[in-house]
Amino acid sequence: MSAWLRTPVGMASAATLALLLLLPAILPELMPQNQARFWLANIFGRAIIYGIIAMSLIFLATYGGLVSLAQMSLAGVAGYVVAITIDGAAPSIVGGLSYATAIPLGIAAATLAALFVGLVSVRTRDIYLLMITLALAMGFFRFVETNLAWFNGYEGIRNVLGPSVFGLPFRDPHVLYYVSLTVAVLLYAGVLYLVRSPFGLVLQGIRDNPRRVAALGYNVALHRIAAFGVAGFIAGCGGVLATIYNIGISPGSIGLGATVNVLIMSVIGGLGHPIGAFIGSLIFAFFDTFAASIYDRNRFNTLIGIVFLVIVLLSPDGVIGLAKRVGALMRRD
Amino acid sequence: MTSQLALTIILNGLTLAALYFIVASGFSLIFGLMRTVNMAHGSLYMVGAYVGYALWEPLYDADAWYAWYAGVAMGMAAAAIVGVAMQRVLLGWMQGQELRQALVTIGLSIIIADQILAYYGGNPRQFFAPDAIFGSSNVPGVGRYPTFRLFQIGVAVVVGIGLWLLLNRTKVGLMIRAGVDDRDMLSACGVDVPKINIIVFALGAALAGLGGVIGATAQPLAQGVDGRFLLISLVVVIVGGMGSITGTAIGAILVGLAEQIGQALFPTYSVILTFVIMVVVLALRPQGIMGRLR
Repeated sequence: MSAWLRTPVGMASAATLALLLLLPAILPELMPQNQARFWLANIFGRAIIYGIIAMSLIFLATYGGLVSLAQMSLAGVAGYVVAITIDGAAPSIVGGLSYATAIPLGIAAATLAALFVGLVSVRTRDIYLLMITLALAMGFFRFVETNLAWFNGYEGIRNVLGPSVFGLPFRDPHVLYYVSLTVAVLLYAGVLYLVRSPFGLVLQGIRDNPRRVAALGYNVALHRIAAFGVAGFIAGCGGVLATIYNIGISPGSIGLGATVNVLIMSVIGGLGHPIGAFIGSLIFAFFDTFAASIYDRNRFNTLIGIVFLVIVLLSPDGVIGLAKRVGALMRRD
Repeated sequence: MTSQLALTIILNGLTLAALYFIVASGFSLIFGLMRTVNMAHGSLYMVGAYVGYALWEPLYDADAWYAWYAGVAMGMAAAAIVGVAMQRVLLGWMQGQELRQALVTIGLSIIIADQILAYYGGNPRQFFAPDAIFGSSNVPGVGRYPTFRLFQIGVAVVVGIGLWLLLNRTKVGLMIRAGVDDRDMLSACGVDVPKINIIVFALGAALAGLGGVIGATAQPLAQGVDGRFLLISLVVVIVGGMGSITGTAIGAILVGLAEQIGQALFPTYSVILTFVIMVVVLALRPQGIMGRLR
C-alpha cells in the first residue's frame, strides 16, 4: 500500500481523494453559500451517484468485453424495490420497511435481476449482447410504465426521502455528498481489487479468448453470469442512491433516455478504466447544468449528442484515452 | 370470448405485425449485409413520418387526391437521404467496428430526435388515409374492420415479396447475398462493395420511412416513437434471426400477435409476453428462429 502510494497513479489517486474529501470546505471559499450547496449536491453528488451506475457498465465492458445497456434498469430495480417497500413513500404500495431493511433488499433484487440478465444473454456476445440488453431494459421500462398495481405506472413513486445518517437528514447536501463518496470509493476499490483476483483474471481471459479459457477448464458461462451479478450489485447501490437523490423514482428515470445517458457518460469518460465512469458523469453533469449558457436551454440533447459523437469519432476510449495519448506525445518531446 | 372477438384480436395482431415487418425488414437488411446495428433506425422512421407529413398537410388542405401517396414518397425519400448521408459520412469508414458504429448511430438518434422536436414541436400528428383506403370493410367472421389496417397487410406482403424478388432474382440481389457471405471475395471480384452498401442502406432507410408514414396514419405520431420502433425492430430481428427476411416476417407476426393477445388477456402485463418469447427463443436458439450461426 505505501509502495503503491509512491507510484504516480497512487499519488494522483490519493490527491484526488483528499481533494474530494475537502471539497465541501473548498466550495464555499469559491462561491456564495447557496451556490456551493448546489454544486456539492447537484453537480458533484449527482456525478458520483450516476458515476457508480456508469462504473457498473464500464466494469462489464472493460474487463468482460460485455457492453450491457441494462445497467440503468438494474439500478431502477433497486430503486423501485426501495420505493415500493419503504415506509412513507407516496403512494405506499407495500410499505412498512425501514431503510436499514429496504436498501439491502433493493441491492439484492438488483443483483438477482442482473444474474437473470446474464443468464439470458450468456450465449451471445458483442453487438448482439448490446441489442439484447437494450431490449430487456426497454421491456422493463414499458412494463413499469404500464403497471399500476406495483409501480404506480407513469407517475412513479415519490417521497423517498432517505434515512438519517448519524442523526442528520439525508437531504443535507453534505450528508448526501459524503455518503455517495464513501459508497463510490468502496465500490471503486472493490472493482480494482476484484479485477486483480483470480476471478477478475479469468474474466479478462474470457474477454480476450473465451475458447482458450474454456479449454483451460474454466466455466465461461458461470464467470460471465457472475460478472453480471457483480455489476448488478454496483448498479443497485447507485440505483438506491439515485432514487434517494431524486426523492423517488418514475419510469422516466429508467427509460431509453436514461439508459443512453449512462452509456454516454461511460463512453465520454472512457471504456478502459473504472475512473472513466466518474470523469464521464462529471462532464455530463456540467453539460446538463450549463447547457443553457452554452447553446440553448431546450437543446441539451443535441449538445450532449454532438459531444458524444465527437468523442466516439475522435477518441473511442474517451477522455482517458485522449489524456493518455496527449501524455505520450508530451513525453516524446 | 366469442369467436368474433378472438378473430378481431388476431387480425389486430396481424395488422400490427405488418407494420412491424415493414420497419424491421429495413433494420434486418442493413444488419444482414453490413453487420451495422443501426440504432438510429427508429429515428429514420420518425424522419420519414415528419417530413412526409410536412408535404402531406398542405396538399391535403388543398384537397389533392394524391396527398397521402406524395407523403409516402416524400417520407421514404427523406429517410433514404438521411440514411445514405449517415452511411457515407460516418459509418462507411468505420466498417467492421460494430460497437463504434452502434455508438455513432445512438449519438445520431439523440441529435435527430432533439432536432425534430425543435422544428416540429411536441404536438401529436396523424395522417388521414386517402379515400380509396379510408373507412371500413367487411371481413368474414369479424365484421366491419378499418380498411387501412387491411391495406397495411397488403403493403407488408408487397414489401416482403419485393425484397425476396430483389434478393433472389436480380443482379444487385446476387451481389448483396454474396456480400453477406464474403465481403472480401466480392470486393476482389471487382464489385464496388461501398456502392452496394449505400444501395442497401438507402433501401433499409426507405423502408423505415415507409413504415413511418403508414404507422403515423394508423396511430398518432409523437415524440418517443423512435425509441418504440427501435425496440420493436430489435426484438423482431432477435426473435426472427438477423438478416433473414423470412425470419423477420416470423418475428414480426409473433411479436404483433403477442402484443395484441397480451393486451386483450392481461392488459397491464402484456409487455411481459413479448419478452418471454424473446427470452425463450434466446435460450433455445441464440441466433434467432431463422438466423444462421456465423
